[in-house]
Amino acid sequence: MSEAAGRDLSIELLGETALLLRFGDGLDAATNARVHAAASALRAAQLPGLVDIAPAYATLALHYAPAAWFDANGGPPWRNLEAAVRAVLATPPAQDDSTSRVIDVPVCYGGDFGPDLDALATHAKLEAADVIARHTAATYTVAMLGFAPGFPYLFGLDPALHMPRRASPRTRVPAGSVAIGGAQTGIYPSELPGGWQLIGRTPLVLFDARRDPPSLLVPGDCVRFVAIDAAALAVRSA
Amino acid sequence: MSVEVLRAGLLTTLQDRGRGGCAMLGVGTAGAMDAVALRLANALVGNADDAAALEITLIGPRLRFEKAATIALTGAEHPGIAMWRALHVDAGTVLDFGAARHGARAYLAVAGGFTAERVLGSASTDVNARLGGIDGRPLREGDRLAIDAGGGVAKESHPAWSLDPRPWFDADAGTPVRLICGRHFGALDSASRAALFEREFRIAPESNRVGFRLDGPRLALSAPLELVSEPLAAGTLQLPPGGQPIALMAEHPTIGGYPRIGHVAAVDVARLAQRRPGETVRFAQIDLDGAQTRYLERERALARLIETIHERLLQ
Repeated sequence: MSEAAGRDLSIELLGETALLLRFGDGLDAATNARVHAAASALRAAQLPGLVDIAPAYATLALHYAPAAWFDANGGPPWRNLEAAVRAVLATPPAQDDSTSRVIDVPVCYGGDFGPDLDALATHAKLEAADVIARHTAATYTVAMLGFAPGFPYLFGLDPALHMPRRASPRTRVPAGSVAIGGAQTGIYPSELPGGWQLIGRTPLVLFDARRDPPSLLVPGDCVRFVAIDAAALAVRSA
Repeated sequence: MSVEVLRAGLLTTLQDRGRGGCAMLGVGTAGAMDAVALRLANALVGNADDAAALEITLIGPRLRFEKAATIALTGAEHPGIAMWRALHVDAGTVLDFGAARHGARAYLAVAGGFTAERVLGSASTDVNARLGGIDGRPLREGDRLAIDAGGGVAKESHPAWSLDPRPWFDADAGTPVRLICGRHFGALDSASRAALFEREFRIAPESNRVGFRLDGPRLALSAPLELVSEPLAAGTLQLPPGGQPIALMAEHPTIGGYPRIGHVAAVDVARLAQRRPGETVRFAQIDLDGAQTRYLERERALARLIETIHERLLQ
């Protein structure tokens, strides 16, 4: 990253135990990349009293213990932390941070594993095989994890595959379901209710709290989908 | 050594101070709704601040202690059980909680702490994420809770004193809940901005550990807002399209896309947690500096009290 991450940064308050760093307002990959760069710079800086660093699309929350930033002769704790954060982000990172991990995610598309694949093909005026070709052609970025532990919201979906969520959400979506919701694609890490269009299933376990690391993906990772057949899904799920 | 659950109660969960540091993975904090009461229950039995205790919601469990233990109960008032002090229970004792008389959540700590696997650094039960506690779920009949060995206070040295709960426990619905204006407060229409601080809200029946839905005047934005999902914090007051605000509580999601019209002052989150469905809430405006000052004062006073309790237990 050549420019300072502090450019255009506004710092808001999320109550008195969290700061919200805002890099923009929209869903765009460039803003999101700045969020991830700032998150890694702040993690490396090891500021005292930080309880959690929570990146989202265009914003980053810093949950903190105000006592760690109390200064009897100075301003309120949130101002002291804000100044420290601005100082960290004003310094360009020493190393280029652009070498993200790339994780291949095998997916068995369609059939029982992707019950909405045909509806997506109709919506996109494409053959199902073309939908799969386009979904596997892109390289995606993990914009953030949320909704449930380990649920990745992925940027980079081919605009031809954008499709609104289902009018009525399913009460149970199986773990491993690969899905499309509007302009994004994602993967259900566990059985959950959900309204996204289901196009396939991966045998990978996205989240296991007892595994180290617990989440297959972290914000900023790159993801590629690789088509597999039902037999391969069965073998890899076993 | 264990405690047998003869009846689970309405919603009884193992909780500690919560799971920090995992928001980037989509894992929330969970933890005790009334962290003050939890910490004092632990202090009274000589436990560390982050030992796992039972959070008992409205209607409590029936528990049989297979061996003698030292316990302390804080938070919501349960008639028939001495509270805010260390108590000795003999082997075979059955504690039957019944319904809380005042407040919503009580905390039962045992000397040594309940044995619980720490998942991502915490024993807290996160029911929605199915993490922590007992397989990520509330207690049920037939469960057996082990107690960690060590810690605790010998029977003969049980202190004769109890804490005055008044500075630490306030479930009175008449006490205003202090609220800091959020990023989207200014996006409310003028009637809604006034209503938020002038009118009374009622905690809706579907409120839970995730959030309190507040019935009352419907609040509206002066113009619709298109928002992308952003991080949330405990105490955030969100406004979904229906106009019924939701105060986020311990088990809130890590991100959300509704307007944030306010933040319950951290010092009042525990008080709000003690209100029951059907009870009222009135908000009083406070600025961030004032809220942060009060929070720091409360945290310092609580830390001093916990230190004093530990010193007296050692005498």
